[in-house]
Amino acid sequence: MTRQQALDLYFLDARHKLIEVAAFLDRVERAAGKDDFRLAAFRAALGELNGRRKEKARRVLLAFSDPTKDPVADAAGKGAVGAWPGRNG
Amino acid sequence: MVSRVTDDYERMALAGCEAVCEPAFWAGFDRSSAAGFYDYFGQLTEHEPKRAARFGLKHFCWLCINPKEAEDVKLAEEVIALIPKFLNRPNVLGIGEIGLNKNSRNELKVLEMHVDLAAWHNQLILVHTPHLEDKLKGTRLILDVIKNDRRVRPEHVIIDHVEEHTVGLVLDAGHWAGMTLYPETKCSPARAIDILETCGAERVWLNSACDWGVSDPLAVPKTALEMKKRGHPAAAIDKVIFQNPKKFLGQCTKFKLSTH
Repeated sequence: MTRQQALDLYFLDARHKLIEVAAFLDRVERAAGKDDFRLAAFRAALGELNGRRKEKARRVLLAFSDPTKDPVADAAGKGAVGAWPGRNG
Repeated sequence: MVSRVTDDYERMALAGCEAVCEPAFWAGFDRSSAAGFYDYFGQLTEHEPKRAARFGLKHFCWLCINPKEAEDVKLAEEVIALIPKFLNRPNVLGIGEIGLNKNSRNELKVLEMHVDLAAWHNQLILVHTPHLEDKLKGTRLILDVIKNDRRVRPEHVIIDHVEEHTVGLVLDAGHWAGMTLYPETKCSPARAIDILETCGAERVWLNSACDWGVSDPLAVPKTALEMKKRGHPAAAIDKVIFQNPKKFLGQCTKFKLSTH
């Protein structure tokens, strides 16, 4: 695929998703209350999109990931929440 | 597929699917006893193959106690003790999908028990990696467990649900990497193809999530179409969606398709 072909296939879908992200941030910032670790992680992940560094998707995933190496003592619940609570904003 | 209606089997058959490989997984609630798992394994090895066969599909399965129910180590021991009774059934491919969920010590202990079972009985292994923020850590822990059991041949293991930040770890360890396609979360068809284009198509396959949540049993055929739109030749598409799974699963002598 050439860059032109990639743009032709995916630009409109990516544009839509970017507007959804922007609208999400507007919505959250309009709402009263404090940020939590999820928003801090989200903003850190957004920072990975700037510039021309490669592997943006990988670095966004890492921005949300738990980087620790040891197993936890107990499984707290079943589900994941999308961001690691231990990361400071 | 215990979580899907027969319409899905029909749609898959119409889309050209030849076989379904169904891992033992979470029912959406915690089963209350080993007897519940005994019945579930019976469902996977007796009932579902008949249901799939009505649509010309071969049905294969994997057996385990899944990571979401692995915090109860005593229950896990009872369930794992049942599994050998089912290993000789004609549609059982191996042990799976084992793995981690929240990366707890008990989950790790149960994972080790499963790996030991698989090694003892010379079974293929299918591994679930945790979701979202837990995936990277869980993948590393899983790879360490498998590496520590020298009886396990790396090429007999498929680590599923890889994403951009874990696929390299899995392939570097000599395992197969599975990309699980979801319509709303986790890996999309477009990202899966991006990963193929950057990591290559050796020891990589795609699978459609067909579980209790929003999922699409036709995600693999749709991804094949997406590959075609990007200009991938038919042989390359066939390698990823058919030849690769056939190669990995063919390591189990019970995996035979009707026409190939």
